[in-house]
Order: sequence, then C-alpha cells, then structure tokens
Amino acid sequence: MPYPVEQNDKFAAYAHPERLVSTEWLAAAIESGAVANGGLVVVESDEDVLLYETGHIPGAVKIDWHTDLNDEVTRDYVDGAAFAELAASKGISRDTTVVIYGDKSNWWAAYALWVFTLFGHEDVRLLDGGRDKWIAEGRELTREKTTPARGSYPEVERNDAPIRAFKEDVLAHFGKPLIDVRSPEEYTGQRTHMPAYPEEGALRGGHIPTAASIPWARAAAADGTYRSRDELETLYLGEAGLTEGDDVVAYCRIGERSSHTWFALKYLLGFDSVRNYDGSWTEWGNAVRVPIAKGAERGSFPVPAGV
Amino acid sequence: MTTQALPSSLAEIVDDFQALTEPERLQLLLEFSEGLPELPDRLKDHPELLEQVVECQSPLFLTVETEKDDDGSASAVRLFFKAPAEAPTTRGFAGVLHEGLDGLSAEEILSVPDDMPELLGLTRAITPLRMRGMTAMLGRIKRKVAASSAARS
Repeated sequence: MPYPVEQNDKFAAYAHPERLVSTEWLAAAIESGAVANGGLVVVESDEDVLLYETGHIPGAVKIDWHTDLNDEVTRDYVDGAAFAELAASKGISRDTTVVIYGDKSNWWAAYALWVFTLFGHEDVRLLDGGRDKWIAEGRELTREKTTPARGSYPEVERNDAPIRAFKEDVLAHFGKPLIDVRSPEEYTGQRTHMPAYPEEGALRGGHIPTAASIPWARAAAADGTYRSRDELETLYLGEAGLTEGDDVVAYCRIGERSSHTWFALKYLLGFDSVRNYDGSWTEWGNAVRVPIAKGAERGSFPVPAGV
Repeated sequence: MTTQALPSSLAEIVDDFQALTEPERLQLLLEFSEGLPELPDRLKDHPELLEQVVECQSPLFLTVETEKDDDGSASAVRLFFKAPAEAPTTRGFAGVLHEGLDGLSAEEILSVPDDMPELLGLTRAITPLRMRGMTAMLGRIKRKVAASSAARS
C-alpha cells in the first residue's frame, strides 16, 4: 500500500512533491511503526560501501550501487530476476513505498532511485537532505542489523528507454539540450576525473558539444536538501537555458551525479522527457570518432554526414 | 604471490581476511577503520606535514617518520594517517596498513609487493575502483620510505 504523501510548502512548489520526504516526516513515520511493520522500506545507498555499517537510520536496509545494482560482468544494470531477488531480500514488494537516502547530498541515493525507476517501481522517494541532514539534526542512528521480512517482487523487465540514454541516443539528440553535471575542470577538459578522485581512464577530456555546464551540487543547498523550485528554475531555465517541454539528456562520468540532476529536472521541475546517459564521460571520452568540445564554451553540434 | 613474502604482521592480517566469508571481511575492514589511531597532536595541528593520496575515494592524508636508534642509525618506520569518519572504507585500508607496517624497517616495508591489497579478498565486495585507493596508499608509503632512506644513505 502506498504511504501517504508529505505535505509542506517547499515540496508543494515542486512538480512532483510525492517524490520527496523530509527528515521530520521520516522520523515520524518510524515513530509510528511504519518501518518496523514493513509498510515503508527505508534504503541507504552510499558511495562508501561501509558507511551504512557505521550506523544507519533505524530499520533501514542497505543497497550498494556497485555490487547490488550493477551487473557483475556486463557494463549494465542487473536484470529483472536479480532486481526481484534484491528487492525481495530487502523486504520490498512491488507496491511498497521505498524511501532512499545516502551520503553526499543523496548523490548515490538518487542513482539507486533512478535504477528503481528503470524497473518501474512506482512509489520510490528521496529523503531530502539525506544522511548528512539526518545526522546534523541529531536523529537516531543504529548499528542494529535490519532483518526485514521477505518481500514479494515480480520479475519485471527493465524499461530503459524513457529515462536512460545510450551513446547512439545522444548522437541522435544533437540539437536538443544536454546538461553536463561534472566539475568545471572536467567540462573544459582540463581533467578527465573529479578533483581528488581516482583517475578512471578516459582518453579525452572535454564535454559533449552543446552541453551546458551545471555541476550537480549546485542543485543542492548547504544542508544537502534540494534547492527550492525558484532556485532550480534560475539554474536550469535561466543559466542552462532549458525551456518548458524540452527533451533533456544529463550526463556525468558514470551516471551517478547526473542521477541527482535527472531527479531535479524530472520530478522537481517537471520535465517529462529527461534521460540520464549513464555511459557518460567514461564512454564518450573513450569512444572512437564521437565529437568533443574543449574549453568553457558549449561548442556547436556537428552537421551529420550527408546533410 | 603468497603471504610468505610478506612481513609477518601483514601476513597475519591477510590470513585473517582470507579465512573469512565476504560479508565478514567487510566487517573486519570496518574494525580496522575503527582501530586506526588518531594523529599525535604535533601532526594534528600541522596538516601541511601530511600528504594527500589523491587516488583515494575520500580524503586520505599520510606521512611517514623514521625513528633513530641510539647510535643514530635508522630503525623503525612510523606511519601516520588521517581520514574522516565518514570514509570508513578508506580508513579501513589505512588501518590495515598501519597495523601491518607500522614499526617495521624501511627494507621490510619496501619488500611488500605493490599488489598486496589484492590478497585481502575484498576486490569483489569493495570493487576494483575502490581497491585502487588502497594500492595507491601503499605505493605512496613505499615511495616516501624509499625517498627518506635514500636521503640518509
């Protein structure tokens, strides 16, 4: 059974307020027994694979972006059978309300939410502000192991097309807006990985021609919550130049940071067609003969051959 | 590569990890993360004395010092690490290297194979990307130890 949607002024301004919950709301839901009785499943998804173990929201289960959601062999997400098993083992059924939170302003939580959405999981929400806000407010953490009652989850075939772009889709997308959410240094081509992060081996530095540079974290406030609707509009409609009804593709390095932006565009600003290009720079920066722009200018899209 | 090639303190840690199942290995890494000693005050107040290992996923700073015997010859190498509590995996790697290498001689540390982190059996659970941080940490320690040995001889 879907859990009631939170009502507050900040969320009400967003296109899809049902996609966010506040820390107050979650604390009250836990207090009411909703997590203990399985009515609500809280999932923690972090960059650091051990962070959950150091203490998590009471009753929360852990999903690791890499070992749980990525296929071990192919560069792709898990299939319907593996996702069904993962969900069921975490106490999630097809109609469960799932609230996801994580470290770093929900960067990895948004990625997990995006993967849940590939499988068409209907009611999946983000905890606005994530793990850091929960901790900053002095709310309870526990190391007690969560042992959820097994859920019942059907094998659903992933439906990638509406929210996932592949390299060929991006090549066909030229002329429509692209958002590059990486750091300015990555965008200009000065470096191929995040500052202070491991080199992940892209052979070329730069960005996809015409992409606007809006680093993902600009959509987050200092406390890790999403910025207000007005602020997001200034950022994406103003600075990036998007207009209502645009078909947008966002990308980063492997699709995690751009999931955070995908969420903002899709659910907070209400763009119907937003896709996350998870191949991102680790594919584009290594692909043979795809066009690249260097420097701070967006660059122009190449005229297709034969036109 | 076998653990026989490792200093005994490090070989013991590797054996401990290898004896466990994958989830237990993560738990052990968490214990190492918690066991990482605090920096002494003289370093705490001087972050410029530590070097950042940029290959790590989270901020990790380290330095090495060489203790002198009474006759002035070098003996034990001491290792110092700093990593935030929110980065338990990185702290865990640092904890393993601290417990395995702190107090050894420069020669013993330099003899540790560069791919020693692979022996912990964490690569699948941690992912190769995250393991790279530990390999980089070991590499940085060895470079610093080699540099300070060379400077003395």
